[in-house]
Order: sequence, then C-alpha cells, then structure tokens
Amino acid sequence: MGKVINIQPVTRIEGHAKVAIHLDDAGNVADTKFHVQTLRGFEKFCEGRPAEEMPRIVCHICGICPWAHHLASSKAGDAVFGVTPPPAAVKLRRLMQNIAYVSDKILHFYFLAAPDFVIGPDADYSVRNVVGIVGAAPDIAKQVVHYRHLGAQMLEHFAGRAIHPTFSLPGGVSKPMNEAERQEMLPQAKELLEFAKFTIKFAKENVFPKYLDAIQKLGVIKVGYLGTVNDEGALDFYDGKLRLMQPDGAFEEFTYEQYTDFIGEHVEPWSYQKFPYAKKWGGFALDLENPKGVYRTNTLARINVADKMKTPLAQAELEEFRAAFGRPAHQTLLYHYARLIELVQCAEEAVQLLEDPEITSPEVRTKIEPREARGVGCVEAPRGTLIHDYETDKDGLIKSVNLIVGTTHNNAAINLSVNQAAKETIKGGNYDQGILNKVEMAVRAYDP
Amino acid sequence: MPVKVVEDWLNACSGCEISILNIGDPLLDLLPQLEFVHMTALVDHKFFGQVGDKMTMEIPEADVAIVSGGVRNEEHKHELEEIRKKAKFLIALGSCAAYGGIPAQANMWKNEEVFEKVFRHSPSTDPAPDPADPNIPKWTDSCMAVDEVVKADIVIPGCPPHPDWIVEALSALLAGKTSWSLPERSVCDTCPVIREKKAAGGAVKRCFENAEFNPNEGLDKMRCLNEQNILCLGPVTLAGCAGKTGVPRCIQARTPCRGCFGPIRKGAKPMVDMMGALTSVGLDPKTIVDRRAIMNRYIGGHKFLTPLPARPAR
Ligand code: SF4
Ligand code: SF4
Ligand code: SF4
Repeated sequence: MGKVINIQPVTRIEGHAKVAIHLDDAGNVADTKFHVQTLRGFEKFCEGRPAEEMPRIVCHICGICPWAHHLASSKAGDAVFGVTPPPAAVKLRRLMQNIAYVSDKILHFYFLAAPDFVIGPDADYSVRNVVGIVGAAPDIAKQVVHYRHLGAQMLEHFAGRAIHPTFSLPGGVSKPMNEAERQEMLPQAKELLEFAKFTIKFAKENVFPKYLDAIQKLGVIKVGYLGTVNDEGALDFYDGKLRLMQPDGAFEEFTYEQYTDFIGEHVEPWSYQKFPYAKKWGGFALDLENPKGVYRTNTLARINVADKMKTPLAQAELEEFRAAFGRPAHQTLLYHYARLIELVQCAEEAVQLLEDPEITSPEVRTKIEPREARGVGCVEAPRGTLIHDYETDKDGLIKSVNLIVGTTHNNAAINLSVNQAAKETIKGGNYDQGILNKVEMAVRAYDP
Repeated sequence: MPVKVVEDWLNACSGCEISILNIGDPLLDLLPQLEFVHMTALVDHKFFGQVGDKMTMEIPEADVAIVSGGVRNEEHKHELEEIRKKAKFLIALGSCAAYGGIPAQANMWKNEEVFEKVFRHSPSTDPAPDPADPNIPKWTDSCMAVDEVVKADIVIPGCPPHPDWIVEALSALLAGKTSWSLPERSVCDTCPVIREKKAAGGAVKRCFENAEFNPNEGLDKMRCLNEQNILCLGPVTLAGCAGKTGVPRCIQARTPCRGCFGPIRKGAKPMVDMMGALTSVGLDPKTIVDRRAIMNRYIGGHKFLTPLPARPAR
C-alpha cells in the first residue's frame, strides 16, 4: 500500500469536506475520495412542524443559497395546501431569487474561484485568496464588495432578512411591494446589471483565455445533465419542467412529482452525502472509465440542457459560448463561464420584473387551509435542482420530508472529477501544494 | 501588527460567514488589521499540512478565534478543542454556536431515529446501512452549543448575527477590551408597531394568511402581531437583529419573530415568559400549535430539547 494524501479541509467551498488521494507504490493515483463529513438531519427534525413554517426553517440548510430553499419550500407548501399564489406574489418571489443569485454568483466568482485564476493556481496559499485579490486588484475588489453588498441590502430593505428569509410562505408572500419601493429598487437592479456585464466581459478578456489549456484538461468528465426549463425550453430558475440530458445530448422531461421515477439516491459508507443517479440509465457506478447513472447539475448543466436563455443579453452570451464549446459542453472548468452567463440573466430578469407595474399589485397571498396531502416543490438553486417533497396530516403538520439539494446531485460527478484531476496532475509520486490545489479546483468548479 | 485570526465553521450553514461579508464597505478598512491564519471559507490553510502529510490536526496560534456553528460530531468537537487551545480569545458567532441553533431541533430525536429516516426511509434513496468510515466523523450524542464543549469569551448571537455587532465586537477586541455583549433588551423594545396591550382574545393564529397592515404605511402604523393573534416571540427574544439603526428584520417583512437571537438573558425561561406575555394580552397560550419546537427553534442545545418518550402512532 502506498500513501494517502489528505486535503482537509477542502477550502473556498461551502461545506465540510475532505479529499483523500490514495497513491500506489509507484506514486501514481490508485483511488480518490471526496468525503462529505457532515449531516444535519433536516428530513427528520422537520417532522411535526406546521407546514407553513417550513420555508423559514429549511432555509437554514444553506446560508449561501437560503432563498433557493425558502422558495422551493414555499412551492412545496403551495402544493400541499393546494393553492396558487397571486401573480404578483410569483413575480416578487422571482425578483428576490434573481437578486439573491446575483449576489451569490458575484461571491463565488470573485471570492471563491478568482484567487485560482487571478492570483494563480500555484501561488502560495497565504496570498491565494480574496485578501490577495484586494492587494492585486484593489479597484475591482472594491466594486465586488460594494455590489455583492448592494444585492444583500436590496433584499434586506424590502424583505427584512437577506439571509434566512421569512418573506415567502405557502400561498404567496408576506407583503406587497409599493410604488416607492419599486422606484427605489429599479435603478439599483440596473446597477447590478451593469456590473454583471462588466464581470463577464472582464472574465472573457482577462481570465478565461489564460486558462484554455486547463479548461480542456482539468476535471473533464463526460456525464449527463439535469436542469429546469420553461415551456419555451429556456432556462428558468423558478419554475418549469425538469430536463434530464444524456452525455450525448438526448433528453427526457418530467414534472416535479415524477422525480422518484427518474432519480434514485445511492449511499456509500464513506460519505454522509448521498449519490443521486439517473434511474433509467442502468444502475450506478463511480467508475471514471465507465461511469453509470451519473449526471451533473449547477450552472454548466443548466446551460447545457436549456435550448436558450430567457433574456436577450444572456442569450447572446450563450450563443458565443456554444460556438466555442458546443452543446453539451463537458469541460468542468466551464462551470465558471456558465455561472457568469447566468449572472447576466439574473440581473436582466430582475430589471424586467421591476419594470413590470403589475409587481406592485396588493394581492400577494392566497389564504391556506390545512389538509392531508403531498406536495413537491422545486427551483433551480445556484448549485442545482432543488427538490423539496412534503407530506402533511389533516392539521397541516409535516408527516414526512424528502430533500435532494443542489450540490448533492453533483456528488458523484465531483468524485469523478477529483479522480480525473488527480490522475492528470500527480504522477510518479510528484506533487506539491500547487498541484493539490489544482485537484481542489476540480471541486471548486462545482461550487459545492 | 495585524491580529491573527482563526475562523472556522462547525455544524454551520455559511450564513454567519456571509454576514461577515455583509459588513460591506467598512470590511475593506477592517481587513488590513486582521490576518486570517485559517478561514475555511476563504483561505487555503489546511489542518494536516499544505501537502496533506501530517498525522495530527495543526491549528495555528491565534489572537482571536471565531467559530460559527454548533458541535454535531466528534471532529467538530476535536477541532473546537484544538482551536480553543491555540486561541487567546474565542468568539462564538451566531445562534448555532451560541445555543445549538436550528440543527439542534434534531435533539428531539435519538440519533438512530434521524439516521433511520435519512438513509432508510426516503422515497428516493436505496435503503442502506448508516455510512460509517474513519473519514467521516461520528455524531455526538446531541447537537451542542460551543460553550457546552469549551469556554467562549464572547458570544455574538443571531441567525445570522447582524454585521453591526460583528464589527463592534471585533473592534472592542482590537481596542484591547476583553468582553462584549448585547444590552439586555427585547425585540419588542426595538419594534415600532402600535401596541394597545390587548388582543382580540382567544386562540393564537397560525400564519395561514398575512397580517393586517397598509403596505403604503410604515411599521409604526401596523398593529403589534401578537395583538393580531399571530404568535410573535419578540417579547422573549434578545434585541439586536435590527443592528444599530434598523427595525426587527422579520417585522420588516411583516412576519412574526421566531426568536433567532435567543433569550434576553442567560438563564431566562422563554417558554414561561412567553406564556405570560400572551396571557397578558388575552390570548390562550395552550392554543400554540407545535409549542415546544417553536419556542425552542434556535435554542435546542444546552439540553433544552431532548428526545420525547415514544409518541403514539398518528
Ligand atoms: S447561526 Fe444561523 S446563519 Fe449562523 S451558521 Fe447557524 S444557521 Fe447559519
Ligand atoms: S410582539 Fe412582535 S410585533 Fe409586537 S411589538 Fe413585539 S416584536 Fe413587535
Ligand atoms: S425578528 Fe426575531 S427571528 Fe426575526 S431576525 Fe429578529 S430576532 Fe430573529
């Protein structure tokens, strides 16, 4: 038996994880594992809670994408109570989601990912971080801090809480938007759009071209994709059908309630995180040469499954991306590029929603009444399709909960990409912290 | 000389770290005074050496350690103990670290019951034995607050804590102070709504429909939520979510408080005090649905929540 390299903790990601790289006697990679080390048990401890309280409980699953959980839970709640929220409520939910995602995508690109690209993957760890970015590009850093914060403040100002919101409930939202609030937020959303445009231009000119070689090599795997599209086949973060694409681009579509027909979850003894897989693709295998049932979610997956983007500037970006990389594009580092195309759509859609006078309608909540039912609610979380499945008793108390969260879908793919990246970079026992960081970059692309 | 800081999350959601970033523009002034010798969220320092060759966990010496999240497994516990040994001051950041937080709701069940549900009773999961491997730490008996394991010098409560208090507590430490805490006031003390000290009477309402208010008017024109029969934990919750200048965050959304800043003072009995507050406006506290979980939503550590005797099948 050769030695084991433990990368712990995996840094600049959102959870508790470690990577173990097992070397054989010749110092080549024999095996790798991405171990997720925490489990919190929301599926159990939500039992007994009033269903209308769920959106403000489950948001605590993730402090980076609380709005995704908040909204998926509200939609599961709409379904269990059997109500349709008024149109303005849906618009307000979408608005909050888009603004939250703008902040999230800015955070990920500049704070978590950029140090590898701007400071460099081999740079010493003490400068390869956001503080290093502040030193290397102070003007950009200032704007990044400012605009990420502006998004958070828009949410907080209007909806009270930016992190772990209480604004959305089964049946709609807790308050309407008045005209003064709309007038205040519209120019702010336009500022976010300008910064989104700047960001993708900056990345295309200064960041991606330097790493084309790494993009073609690091962490590349050929697997399937899952994402949400609307009736026109455009990428929709809030609502639509789930589209599951095979590695060759063929796809099937299904409704939220049908998810258990298409998605299974496998358990491995060495990770608390489950391994979702496509049930109809002949089982599950974590084998780099011949993976089975593995699909990916998150930015690149959505860009691959969607026929088009929902908004014009984002669509132009998608066309440019497809001309360069095709569809589906399998290069893992392209997650970063796809993330910025989505950033543009989120900012554009936020502006569109605020330009729509109907968003100020006072009708924002349909009254709910407890009943025994099951409801599945989904949204596209920044990290992938989020599935909340609730059952209630006659008093509207939760009997059973099942959750598949965005990042979980990518568990198998992250494991494969880590394996690929380690085999690509570590040979004959030669490695250093720069090389190990490149293995971590294969994880970071998924933004788990 | 910048102050050396270790920042680490345990059983946390990252929201506390986002709250640090939500300090916003002043963050850029604060940063040069701090040297993050470890911060899992943003800095690539590793516990087992930068090339993964060390056998024991190495936590750097620090002037200040900031820890978010409670303690849910053996590794959280070990990490926290090591951090404590190496740090002159330890800040417990957020309500998970302070009281166990939302994940401590799991303390209402035995660990086996939680694992049974997650790995063997999920409609999408192929049933399997509980994961068990030296690389994934075992659960502790309960989900604990930081001070159930080590001493916390400063506690900044809130889920998440308000950035104003993070700045204030850090600035106090930078100025050589050794303690910091929020004043003992209730959320109601910072809430601008109209109070007439009586409700319509009768049962406490669930959030099946929105509160009554005019969206074109400020909160100072809205009637107190408890007085609208909507359960609001403002009377028994520590003030602070509004920061230095704002209004309580949930009330801003016209939704009730659920107690995320925890009790007003150590040793307080929020359940008893809330019953009193409701009775005093003429509501019947017995009508609160799911009372135990709701009253302890953020404070289930410190043995506040424990498994119930087996419940009759519903
Ligand atoms: S206190 Fe709240 S924000 Fe902080 S880690 Fe816990 S759940 Fe997340
Ligand atoms: S009970 Fe709630 S609404 Fe009423 S004053 Fe207190 S915090 Fe405000
Ligand atoms: S109103 Fe209560 S639950 Fe809401 S943020 Fe403030 S303290 Fe937390």
